[in-house]
Formats: sequence, C-alpha cells, structure tokens
Amino acid sequence: MAIPSTADPRVAALLPLSQRVVWRRDEAPGVVSFALDGDALERPPQPGQFDMLYAFAVGEIPVSVSGTPDDGGLLVHTVRDVGAVSRALCALHRGDAVGVRGPYGVGWDVEGARGQDVVVVGGGIGLAPLRPVILQVLRRRAEFGRLCVVVGARTPQDLLFGAEVPAWRLDGAEVRRTVDRGSTGWDEGVGVVTQELGRVAVDGPHTVAMICGPEVMMRATATALLDRGVAASRIRVSLERNMQCGVGLCGHCQVGPYLVCRDGPVLSWDVAEPLLRVREL
Amino acid sequence: MRTIADLLSEHRFFADLDAADRDVLAGCGRNVAVEAGTVMMREGQHADVFWAIRSGRVRVGITHPTRGLLDLETLEDGDILGWSWLLPPHRWHFDAVTDSPVHAVAFDATCLRAKCQLDPRLGFALVQRFARVLDERLVAARLRLLDLYGDPVHR
Repeated sequence: MAIPSTADPRVAALLPLSQRVVWRRDEAPGVVSFALDGDALERPPQPGQFDMLYAFAVGEIPVSVSGTPDDGGLLVHTVRDVGAVSRALCALHRGDAVGVRGPYGVGWDVEGARGQDVVVVGGGIGLAPLRPVILQVLRRRAEFGRLCVVVGARTPQDLLFGAEVPAWRLDGAEVRRTVDRGSTGWDEGVGVVTQELGRVAVDGPHTVAMICGPEVMMRATATALLDRGVAASRIRVSLERNMQCGVGLCGHCQVGPYLVCRDGPVLSWDVAEPLLRVREL
Repeated sequence: MRTIADLLSEHRFFADLDAADRDVLAGCGRNVAVEAGTVMMREGQHADVFWAIRSGRVRVGITHPTRGLLDLETLEDGDILGWSWLLPPHRWHFDAVTDSPVHAVAFDATCLRAKCQLDPRLGFALVQRFARVLDERLVAARLRLLDLYGDPVHR
C-alpha cells in the first residue's frame, strides 16, 4: 500500500505543525491563554474557527482561536483545564512546543454582520472564541452599527479578558458583565446574561447576534433574542462536540446531518435549534 | 417639566400600559433620587413601596453577620425593585442597597392597592406585569442553580 504523500494537501491538512509558545498568561483560575508564532500564522484563521492543538505525548483537542494574527501578529488560544490534554496545554510555558493543525470549521461570518448592530454574548470560556469578533468589529468600527458585549461567568475571578474590557469600552463597545456569585469589590452585575440582555437596547431587524457558552445558556439567550425581534437566521451559536479529525472524516462530531468540525462549529439558530432539542444528539 | 406619567412611559415595565392607566398609577408615584450606599429595603420590615428604577444600580441580597451583603442579584435601569408590597404579609424578603446614585419612581403601596381594588382591570394589568418580572427572575434563579459555568467534569 502506498504511503500517502505529505505533498497531498488533504494529508498536509492533517499534519500538525510544531509551534513555539511566545507568551502565556493566566486568564482566570484554570484558564490559560498562550500565543504562537511561526508557520501556523501563514494560515490565518477566521474568528470562530478552531485549531486542533496537540500536547506532545498527551493528546489532541480542538481549541477555538481567541486571537488571530490580525489582533497582534500572533495566534492565540485560550484553554480551560478540564482534562488531561487541556491540563497539559495549560501547563505550557514560553518556548515550549505545541502541535497545531487547522484552522478548521466555519466561523462567525463577521463580514456578514457589516452594517448591522452586533450583539455578542459569551458565557464562561465561551467568551474566548468571541474575542476575535470583538476586536475585529472595534478595529473596523465604522463598518458596523452598535457593538454590545454581554459576558457571564461564575464569579468575578472567572471573567476572561478583564484587563481588556476598559479598552473595549473606550473604543465604543457597550460591555455588560454579570456573575452568578458576586464578591467583595465587584461593582458590575449579579445575575444571568439574559437579564443583562433585557437591559440592552436591541434593534431586532438590524441586529446580528453571536453566542457562545454552555448549551443551556445559549438556548436561553437565543430565546431572549428571538423575543426581542432578532430572526433565528441572524442568531449564531458555536457548538461544542467531540471533534477529533477536524476535517469531517471521522464522524465523531456528527449532529444530525451536520459534522460540527466541518459545517460548524458556528451555526445559525434556525439550523442549530432543532438539533439541540433532540436528546440523542 | 416631565410628569411622573412621562417618566413611566419611558420605563419598560409600564411602556405598554394604556396612557390612561399610567396616569392613574402615576398618582401613587413620586420621583426619588437615592444616594449610593442607601438601604432601600430591609429584610423583615414592612413592604409599603416599590420602585421603578430609572438609572443606577441596586444590589439585592441577604445580609450575613460577618460577611456583609451577599448579593443575590443586581437591578438597574428599567428594572423593578420590590414585589412584597403585593402579597400579605407585606414584608421584605431581602435587603436592597444602592450601589450608585439611583433615580427611581417610588410607588406608595397602600395607594396602589386601593386603586387596584377599585379598578380590577388595572389591577390585573399590573399583576400581569409583576408576574412577568417574577417569571424572569425565577428562570434566572433556576439557571444559576445549574451552575452552568462550573467544572464541566464534576457538574
């Protein structure tokens, strides 16, 4: 049997590139961001796409891109320590090597939101894949309407990218943050993202919404946006499934007729909602 | 000068009420400005008022002897603070403290209850709106019980 050639682009797409960590930073307890440079930058991702990250000798997992080269010249991923591979990735330090292949999947389609108000709702680690959207809309401010960012987390300490929020606000984003449990010194919201969303002016017909977080949170948020007059086709959610190959070959991430790695992870709500109601999926 | 009815027409809780109904309710309301750090409700005390918040933030919670106010939720512009005036025994369940200067319309509960008894249609319209608020807060409380952002492995 012939050994597949790495010159074949279908094979090359599955080969991880070994990249070095340029910097790493603790975002929250158990959540780490790290930046990579090198060959991976030659395949810049779109906001919402993901890479397969390989912690050498441990394993590989899909991780959404939380910073594209457009945002600072590097490729940034944000990982939450929830298993063996993510723990190994969170333990990376400057100069360590990590395998990268990608980018894969369908992103948020920021271009499709030009001229519209943009509502971004991120819950927990779900804010990470939305960060490139926020940065891109702020960088191209005149091309979009209002930008509203609603962020939910368990506690104030768990909020991601807190150091960047003042700059987002300064650049014109309305940022509303809320936590399940407040703590001393916390002077923003206590409650859930749907409550914060209820306090935001939403011009339904002229709004595109992008949501990422736990599925229950996305469902509640999408329902609240529908009630505010945003069409299901203009509400986008990012699904999380067991993505392994990243290119639609293995079928592990199948949801109904879709492969999340290839057809998602971002899907519009009119497509995603019927799928999320099926228990077996 | 803007009247109380004008202020109510701009508040999302009252915005879809008939203008005539807003005028009736406005008769029980007064415009108030509250300084940051003011206790607006105290657990166990008589609930004889509710507030339609126009601006600012209020923390609602339970006061712990050593840990201070434990926040249950924050309320802001467009929110309603207080529903215990509606149901006997008219006692606050929680504490509420302003987190910033707050502007609100404060409603006299005795006045409101009397008007609602005189005009059950108006009373029903008001109770329907409070039921919506209660529904939103119940759903929010249940979502928080799920600890959605907690450790996915051990949840």
